[in-house]
Order: sequence, then C-alpha cells, then structure tokens
Amino acid sequence: MNFKNLREYLAWLYFQYLLITGIYVLEPWEKSIFNSILFTAIAMVIYTSYVFVPIHVRLALEFFSGICGGQPESTVALMN
Amino acid sequence: MTESPATKPVDGEACERVKNGLKPERNGLVRSLHRCHERQYKHHSLADEEEVHTASHYGSLYTQPFLESFEETPMLVAVLTYMGYGILTIFGYLRDFLRHWKIERCYIAREKEEQRDFVPLYQDFENFYTRNLYMRIRDNWNRPICSVPGAKMDLMERMSNDYNWTFEYTGRVVQEVINMGSYNYLGFAENTGPCADSVAKVTAEYGVGVASTRQETGNLDKHEEMEKLVAQFLGMESAMAFGMGFATNSMNIPALVGKGCLILSDELNHASLVLGARLSGSTIRVFKHNNMQSLEKLLREAIVHGQPRTHRPWKKILIVVEGIYSMEGSIVRLPEVIALKKRYRAYLYLDEAHSIGALGPRGRGVVDYFGLDPCDVDVLMGTFTKSFGAAGGYIAGKRELIEFLRSHSHSAVYATSMSPPVVEQIITSMKCIMGEDGTTIGRERVTQLAENTVYFRRRLRELGFIIYGNNDSPVVPLMLYMPAKIGAFGREMLKRNIGVVVVGFPATPIIESRARFCISAAHTTDMLDRALSVISEVGDLLQLKYSRHRKRPLAARPFDDSVYEDIDD
Repeated sequence: MNFKNLREYLAWLYFQYLLITGIYVLEPWEKSIFNSILFTAIAMVIYTSYVFVPIHVRLALEFFSGICGGQPESTVALMN
Repeated sequence: MTESPATKPVDGEACERVKNGLKPERNGLVRSLHRCHERQYKHHSLADEEEVHTASHYGSLYTQPFLESFEETPMLVAVLTYMGYGILTIFGYLRDFLRHWKIERCYIAREKEEQRDFVPLYQDFENFYTRNLYMRIRDNWNRPICSVPGAKMDLMERMSNDYNWTFEYTGRVVQEVINMGSYNYLGFAENTGPCADSVAKVTAEYGVGVASTRQETGNLDKHEEMEKLVAQFLGMESAMAFGMGFATNSMNIPALVGKGCLILSDELNHASLVLGARLSGSTIRVFKHNNMQSLEKLLREAIVHGQPRTHRPWKKILIVVEGIYSMEGSIVRLPEVIALKKRYRAYLYLDEAHSIGALGPRGRGVVDYFGLDPCDVDVLMGTFTKSFGAAGGYIAGKRELIEFLRSHSHSAVYATSMSPPVVEQIITSMKCIMGEDGTTIGRERVTQLAENTVYFRRRLRELGFIIYGNNDSPVVPLMLYMPAKIGAFGREMLKRNIGVVVVGFPATPIIESRARFCISAAHTTDMLDRALSVISEVGDLLQLKYSRHRKRPLAARPFDDSVYEDIDD
C-alpha cells in the first residue's frame, strides 16, 4: 500500500482495526461503546503500570540486593 | 497446486490427447506426469498422508494432472476470526437484551405473547445469527438487477436508513457492473442472438405454458425433442427433463432408493441431494469431502456388516456425488469413484449441476473432463439453469431407469411440464454447444471458459489470495475469513463496479467465509483484468492476501522428474 501522508495511513490503520475486531459492521453507537470500553481498559492498564511498576521494580531491586549485596559484608565481619 | 510454466506445455499435451479422443498411452511421459503430480501434491498442498496414498494408488486412472488445493487457514487469521465473531456475539446479546426489554424496536419475527409457554421458535443459533450478524451486512445479498445477468449487468440502487432492516430504492441504476456472480458459465444468459430469436419464435407458436403435467395433456413434441437431444448430448441411452433442478434431486432419489438401501453421500453435497436422501427413508452415511479412502471404508463396512441389527445385505448402495462442488470449487475424483463403484458393485448418482457445459473439452461435464465412458455412471443428473441459461433439470441413464422414473418419480407425475420457451432455450443452447447449429460458437465458448478459468485462478494465486478448489473449476472461492470482511468486500467491490457473491456462515463453516467468483465464457480478458486489478486493490485495502505460498517464485520450483524417482512405488 502506498500512502500519500500520515493521515491516510492512520485512516487505513483504523480501517484494519474495524475489520479485524469486526466492529466495522456495528452501528455507530455500538462502535463508540466498544471503543470506549477498549480504550478505558487500555488506559487503565497503562495507568496501573505507571503507578505500580516503579514500586515493584524498587522492591525487586532491594530484594535482590539483599540477597547478593548483603552476603560479602557479613563474611567480612566474620573475618574480623 | 500450481502449474509451473515449465510443466505447462506438457500438461497441455496431455490434455490434447484426451481432446482428440485417444486413450493416452501409459508411456513414460504420462507416468512421470503422475509422479510429479503426486509429489507436488505431497509437497505443496499440505494434504494428509492418506490422501496422497490414495492418489498414488489410483494415480494411473487420471489422464491429466488433477490439481486441487485447499490451503490451510493461517493460525493468526483463525484466532482473529473467532475473536471477531466473539465481539459480534456479545453485541448481539446486548441488542437481544434491549429488544427483550422493549428498549429498542424488534423488526424481525419473534415469540408471540400468546405463545409464551410454547417451545421457543426464534432462539436457536441460526436465528440469532440472522438477527444480529446477517442483518448488519444484508445489503450484500438479494440485490435486484434490472438487465440480463450476462457478463455485465445493471443493479437497482438501494439504500437503508435503519441499518439494513428495510431498503428504499433511490430510483437510480448502477450501470455496467461486471457480473462475477452468475452461474452463467457459457454465457447463454443473453437477450440477443440465435437462442433469444428462436425462443421468441417458439413463444409465439406454442405460448408460454401448457398448464398440465407431462403424463396428462402437457406433453409437447418440443419436450420429446429436448429429451432425445439431452440423451444424445450426454451419450446416454435415454434422458428425461424436469421443470425444476432442485426437485430433480429431491424427488428422484426417493424414487430410486428406499428402506433397506444405503446412501453414501459426500459431506458437502447440495441441500437438494441431502433432502432427497432424507426423504427416501434409506440409511445415509456421509463420507469426507472427495476422500476416496473414507468412501472405500464406508463401502467395505456396508458390505461386510450389512444392515444394522438384521445384518442382511443392503438392497442397494447408492453413492451420491456432485461434479463441481459449488462452495469449494473442487471437482469430484470421478475415476476413483467409478473404480470403487465397480469394485464394490454400488450404484453411482452424479449431480452435474455445475459441471455440465462448464467442464470437459466438449462441454459434456465432468465425465468428459476425465475422458470416461458416461455409461459407467448409473444416474446422471444435471441442471439447465447454469450453463444453458434456461431452467429445470434432467436425469439421464439406461432406458429402463428412465422408464421407471417416468412412472414413479413424483416430479414426473405431478409437476407441470416445462414451458416451451424454456425448452427451446435448452435445445438451441445445447445444439450450439454440440456444434449442430453449423457454427463453432459453442465449442469456442467452452474453450474460452476453460482459458478464462485457468487465467483467473492463476492470477489470483499470483496476487497472493487463498483460493480453494481445482485448477479447472470455473467456481473460484476466495477466502475472506473474518465476518466484517464479508460485508466490506462486497461493498468495496460494488463501489468499484464489480458485482460479487460473498458467502457466510449457514452455507460455509463459520470461519471459512468466502467470496465466490463464477467465471463465464462471456467475460472478456479486458473484463477479467479489470476485475483482477480491483480485487487486488480491495485485497490490499482489506488485507486479504493471506496466502503464504506467494513468496515462492513459480518458475523456480524444482520440476525435474528424475528427482522424484524414489517417490513412486
């Protein structure tokens, strides 16, 4: 497919989205219901990952540094 | 699968032999052809090992390569198709819920208030499908046309303000739409030319109807003439004609078999054959589509075990197959069916509804295509609706069979005799195909159809579409799969002035939705090229080029039969 501009390409992408999900055949209000449900879900996923992923990453880092980083210090202490 | 250019002349030569009426010798060339074909089959069409075995077992029965392909559905496409149906089903339930609580109006038949406690009539899946999926894309079907359905036609434009529940005609006409949907194989659907002229003459002479059955006062000399001609055309002893193709099947099978008989029916047989088999009251067993191993297994079991419980032998065993399967575009493996039929002493009922006129170097149908003796087929049925541009059906066979049917078949006893103009159309078009009108128009049309078919199928395959069926079958199914693409394909094609038939669930398995093109001899190369470029354009737009074989350059495929020496047993 050759596209003249980005707008045309986006329109084509949206058309593919309509066809693959099957909402091409739905009435406009049904389309908007489907779109809003889908985008709400996606937005929630993004928001949740934004809020919780950094916390989990920090916790994981602390956990692993607790395992790997804590050990040599104690051996040093024993040596002394 | 696909013929490489290197094999083309060789194949052509093999076909030529059949055309000349000579039996092809079992020389090295032909044998190596089979060998290559088998190898190709194994290699490219992803068929199961069993089928390959069958092919090699009966390989010598074919005088020309029998190339049939059913490329398997890509996994991702199948998953997305199911997902699409899932989403549409959820919305269907939502709409049904709204209709149930009278939040929105229900336009379609529903349970009546006074029948509240009766068995529900509109709750099964078919009704749900019609209400919630079919209705949304209904504008693709049942379009009224207002011209001859020839190579081009005029459509009445219509629009809907309530999402296809009702239609209004705008009064405009969509002109010059290329017709890729009519079963007009030989292009006899025309309102000018010798057929139309002689039909007009006969209408003036005989009127339009006799209003009586053949057995009473409705038997005209035209009917006798047509039946003789049909028998002569098919090379059978005798033939009889009926006014309706569907009834030919559904009313004659019950006359031929009954209780204590066994019908072995292909799983994709047309509804008329299924109805006839059920009405007959005989036991029906279904074999896998065009799978000779499955058929042989059933035949063996039937002969070994006999009837259930009593274990008496079956009175008759009737194998019911079609020439061309109109949804798959496949051609029956007739040489193998006949070999099996002879070996197990069964009877064969061959429905040539789509193949008569459309196949074979002389247009004599699938028997001619394989170069077989028509007398090997016990009951040869066909219709005049498709290739001949008329209406009705025929049955041909031995004289005794036809005489029996004349007195016992319901559609012979009770049906009104055929209208003389229709009969005249059959006679003229059939004579044209036979060359008895002194021209070569008929022969040219048969050749033209074969050329168009091969060309159209080859181009579609090159473009990367998944198409089903035999290389020589003028019915070309193009796979669409996803439910929204059924609607979108029909609409986009019509927008570009090509009329196509799209087929969805009740007629096909739920994920195998398809568009079905019917090639006609009336299509010029120009029209086919235009159609192909539009199909390609719409295919890009809708992302329909699913085939994973297209990357393979056709010419580069190895085709040296010495390579496959070890394959043949």
